[in-house]
Amino acid sequence: MNSQTHPIETELLEVSLGPQHPSTHGVFRMNATLDGETIVKLKPVMGYLHRNHEQIGEGITYIASFPFTDRLDYFCAMSNNFGLALAIEKLGGIAVSERGEYLRVIMAELTRLINHTAVTGFLLNDMGAFGTPLLYAFREREKILDLFEAASGSRMMCNYVRPGGVREDVPEAWLERAEKLVDGYPAFLDEFEKLLTENEIIRQRCQHVGILPKELAINASATGPLLRASGVDYDIRKVDGYSIYSRFNFRVPLGTVGDVYDRYYVRILEMRESVKILQQALKEIPTGAAISPKGLAMVKAPRTFRPPKGEAYGRIESPKGELGFYLVSDGTPQPYRYHIRAPSFVNLTILEDMCLGHKVADVIIILGSIDIVMGEVDR
Amino acid sequence: MIGIGVLRGMGVTFKTFLETYPWGRGLLRALRIPTTNGLVTVEYPDVKQQHHERFRYFPFLVYDQTPDNLRCVACKICEQECPPACIHIIGPAKDEQGRPAKAHGRTYPVEFDIDISVCMSCRICVDVCPFDAIEMDNQYELSGFDRFGQMVFNKDKLLKPNDYFQRIKPTEAATVDARLAAKKK
Repeated sequence: MNSQTHPIETELLEVSLGPQHPSTHGVFRMNATLDGETIVKLKPVMGYLHRNHEQIGEGITYIASFPFTDRLDYFCAMSNNFGLALAIEKLGGIAVSERGEYLRVIMAELTRLINHTAVTGFLLNDMGAFGTPLLYAFREREKILDLFEAASGSRMMCNYVRPGGVREDVPEAWLERAEKLVDGYPAFLDEFEKLLTENEIIRQRCQHVGILPKELAINASATGPLLRASGVDYDIRKVDGYSIYSRFNFRVPLGTVGDVYDRYYVRILEMRESVKILQQALKEIPTGAAISPKGLAMVKAPRTFRPPKGEAYGRIESPKGELGFYLVSDGTPQPYRYHIRAPSFVNLTILEDMCLGHKVADVIIILGSIDIVMGEVDR
Repeated sequence: MIGIGVLRGMGVTFKTFLETYPWGRGLLRALRIPTTNGLVTVEYPDVKQQHHERFRYFPFLVYDQTPDNLRCVACKICEQECPPACIHIIGPAKDEQGRPAKAHGRTYPVEFDIDISVCMSCRICVDVCPFDAIEMDNQYELSGFDRFGQMVFNKDKLLKPNDYFQRIKPTEAATVDARLAAKKK
């Protein structure tokens, strides 16, 4: 044998991850090209859950689109309703009742608690911590879903927010129950953080994995916790001040590195801010009608609502990012064009840039940290 | 020191484990550690969850006193507004001369079908009904083997008395009854 070493011949391997795989959060597929175990190319494949939502929306009245928005991002039904309601209000010039505004904000923030708790649980599930953190998260989610059921009649497909307010006022003693839950939430967060934040295994798995630089995040128009974890101070609640968010005192938590750990931690901090907003809103909520007269007329007779010709774009800071509804009216009871800017979809487009150079196991947690719901990606 | 975070996390898990047993809760109380009732699951077929009054599943048709005195007049607004188009109405009923037939002073539908495998429980039919004829039920054990025989509810299956509505949703039924009484005057 001579001393010359022969390089081992290697070739790239293409692996299809998903669409049916528990770690891909629904029917999502990634075509990954691997060099050994390192990702050199990754192509997201979407469209397995396409339900033609936008086209259906153009054939039905404005009100009838609400139950379909529940099914966009099925974790955040209330805030999806809220976004569409804002767009319709802009289009038709509908005033919102004061109590309705507060109830909508309360619901949207409770939804943020649900989403961020659940996604943290799922992220840990992806990391290999099977069960425990996810079940703790779901235990808390259950309590909020109970509140949603009491107010709207359904746990997940709430269909509760309407243009002009909310469909019906919350039942008796609901606000007290909500207050009790919100006051008890920081204790749960403390416990959850004790379980996760300082954990060495989580830190080693998450820190400096899937770094998204500030510039790239802005260029890719990422929004939500993903963008804020990269250190960009952009929260539509602050920037736009839609609804009554400008009345509340809260902070926008920012990350510094932009890795998976920052995204996890930004969500935890955001939940603490949501609790603050909720406490203020529950204290200040006025009495009165939950829906304005014009909104009520629209609920009772959807076809009488004929907005003037024009267009409107309503956007909210949904738990996943900027959720926008674009409506074009041609003067008929049905929208001429109905488009949704889904945060999950836009955030998913920079998956490859975050994954390059990492191992296969890291791809799973990077995907988990983006926080996608396929119902919203494919629509 | 490496490992402290993991151990602390295990402490949380152990505390939650103790909370699921009465003796564990007693132990935690003795140690002055705040506890919750750790049990949150409902053992479904044996124990049924208590639903809230507003809990909605599929719609049903309300009748007063006798089944032929139904409130629906076959105006077809719900059929038109239903987002997934799962309501199918034939009517209003006609007599031999082709004039609208009436029962208790109202027109009525010949057929009223709701395909509950398509229905998405959105409650829009209830919101738009001008006669309070359709309401949301809270029955959820409706699985069956047959797509069209069991999943498509016809008029006989949908009709339920107002007493039933008052029983399952007392608050809502009271407001509906008050509204109808005011209308009659």
